[in-house]
Amino acid sequence: MAESEKAPTTRRDVLRGLGGALGAALAVGALGRRPAAEGEALAAPSRPLADAHPQAAANAAPLTSDPLAQEDVLVRMERELTRALAKPREQRRWVMVIDLRKCVGCNSCTVACVAENKLPPGVVYRPVLEEEIGTYPNVTRKFVPRPCMQCDNPPCTLVCPVHATWKNEDGVVVVDYDQCIGCRYCITACPYGARTFDFGHFYTSGTPQGVPSLLGQDAADDYERLANAEYGESWPRSGGDESPVGNVRKCHFCLHRLAEGMLPACVTTCIGRATLFGDANDPDSLVAEMIAKPNVMRLKEEMGTAPRVYYLL
Amino acid sequence: MAKHASRLNRFFWILAIVAFGVGLYGLYSRIAFGHTRANYGSYVPWGLWVAAYIYMIGLSAGAFLFSTLVYVFNIRRVSSEGTVAAPAVGLADGAAFERERLEQVGKLALFTALVTLVGALICIWLDLGHPERAWKLALQTSFRSVMGWMIWLYAAYFVLLLVELWLAMRADLAARSDRSALARFLTFGRHDVSEAAQAGDRRVLRILGSLGVVLAVAFHGSVGAIFGVVAARPYWNSALTPIIFLAGALLSGGALLTFITAIWGPEPGSETHRNLMRFLGQIVLGLLAFDVLLEWAEFSIGLWNASPGESASLQLVLFGQYWWVFWIVHVGFGVIVPALLLIFLRRKVWAAATAGALIAVTFLTVRLNIVVPGLAIPELPGLEAAFHGPGLTTHYVPSLSEWLLFIWAVGLASLIFLIGRRVLPIIHTER
Repeated sequence: MAESEKAPTTRRDVLRGLGGALGAALAVGALGRRPAAEGEALAAPSRPLADAHPQAAANAAPLTSDPLAQEDVLVRMERELTRALAKPREQRRWVMVIDLRKCVGCNSCTVACVAENKLPPGVVYRPVLEEEIGTYPNVTRKFVPRPCMQCDNPPCTLVCPVHATWKNEDGVVVVDYDQCIGCRYCITACPYGARTFDFGHFYTSGTPQGVPSLLGQDAADDYERLANAEYGESWPRSGGDESPVGNVRKCHFCLHRLAEGMLPACVTTCIGRATLFGDANDPDSLVAEMIAKPNVMRLKEEMGTAPRVYYLL
Repeated sequence: MAKHASRLNRFFWILAIVAFGVGLYGLYSRIAFGHTRANYGSYVPWGLWVAAYIYMIGLSAGAFLFSTLVYVFNIRRVSSEGTVAAPAVGLADGAAFERERLEQVGKLALFTALVTLVGALICIWLDLGHPERAWKLALQTSFRSVMGWMIWLYAAYFVLLLVELWLAMRADLAARSDRSALARFLTFGRHDVSEAAQAGDRRVLRILGSLGVVLAVAFHGSVGAIFGVVAARPYWNSALTPIIFLAGALLSGGALLTFITAIWGPEPGSETHRNLMRFLGQIVLGLLAFDVLLEWAEFSIGLWNASPGESASLQLVLFGQYWWVFWIVHVGFGVIVPALLLIFLRRKVWAAATAGALIAVTFLTVRLNIVVPGLAIPELPGLEAAFHGPGLTTHYVPSLSEWLLFIWAVGLASLIFLIGRRVLPIIHTER
């Protein structure tokens, strides 16, 4: 935890040093125009406008403030995460906010999730839905990342015949891989298609076995047999039909990372900082701020599922 | 007909053995390769095996409800007097048959219900991702889930079927026990065949049968409710769904029983057998009409519904890539041909038998057309294209392995039926 906080701070300090030198050179020309703004940005880099509204801050002072002096939202969210983890579990309200205006459809989040949870072929927790609007040349594209909505009123948990899936104290919908019988009823019940089944596929299946001089499937597939850390446990996929093979799997907001004070994998790799995460019960948190905005919506709200994933339009 | 029946009997023995043998590869494939050889995926998570399950469980519930005609509603007595037992079902023109004969159909119906239940349970058991954890369904049940209720209801139904079948056969088993070790064992030491004892059996049968009516309705209704409660799938999410399941069960189970009675029923070729077949044929015709009515209700309301949620699935059924499954297999061979046979050739035993076989066999497509189109509409537009991998598609056709495992289950159920008919007093009585 301490390391993860330290690393970006160090990097930022270095960058700020560079930016400061650059800013000083620019300031010579800018001084006459907006000395106050420049001075404020340099004097108080740890509480920038970005905290209140990063978008507005970026729009308001594009030339004057040193962009590198602004705090990365990841740093703020890490700090808020630490604060939330100090609270009792049932008092946290994990929420994800996805700013669709910032999403460029790069799929970094999808890939980070696959890597973090060592997802096999056919299992996906966070695909990015793409929509093309209009026809060429008047065309635009819209991207909607779709993690599990962690509904407050989840239809998927009710249908499970063996108590294998439920909302935990943090409000995250979890699956007990050792309890799940693999009937896939919950998949049919999720209105978001957020659950997928682990059929036991491997990326390297069907590729040649190794011969003494050459590396083959037996060695090359080590990476996909390694255990992931889902739910804070170790789940190797050794090639047999042991769990998580034969189970329904889903996004869990990277609970195992949260427990270590780290943000979900998809949040950390979002190049546009479009995915925000935090404790909505903390009134000072970034996510609490964002979900109070009028341009917020949730998917299929009319179904009454009360999702915990919000989209900014 | 008697000669035909015995030839057909031999034919079905061969068919069942072939199905069992060929289907073994499906079983091997499921055990050796798990779910990787199946074509259902994460977007269409239920496929042929679930459809086969609701199909066979429907046959079971339907056949069982037919047995209650004998054991609960006591139709045998009324009809043996040659009176108008049930004018609506074609007994008005003097169709009289002895009570004994219909009673044997009662046993046949119970036994059919048992073997189809076994087939259904095999299909759904191997459909599970972890079949070895199936015990959790019974011992760690969540009663918030309809599926949890279903497990308990069909466990009770299974036990009830066994007890009823035993009671119905007990007197014959006792009569056979001096020359058959199996029969002696199966009496479980109760050899009393006095009139009083048999009357007692009949009384218990009647109570169990009445209980069974409630149980069969509740249990197959709950199978329908599994689909009916899923709000995420507008095609399934209807109060009509459990009712359609029940009507379908009665129709398909009754049709199967009609076909079975034609070949394995009491005294094929006799006047009684002909009357019995006509009686069953007319009931099936009535049930067919009722089923078509419900289907019309479902399709017309769903298609005229302005919201595209449900109509998208219906469009897929009617005009999608597999339109012929509905129009040719179901409507053509499952409704029109059987209806014509039952209306215009109602005096012919073969016509009723053919109609029964056609309805019973093609009903699998009705079940497939419930399960698959409900799932084949992506819940969010663009979901299919968002990420690629095995099972991340809404296009589904069962794989060869899936078909073979299903064929194996049908072969197994058929063999149990054929062997049971030989070694148990299901038709041939000793009295």
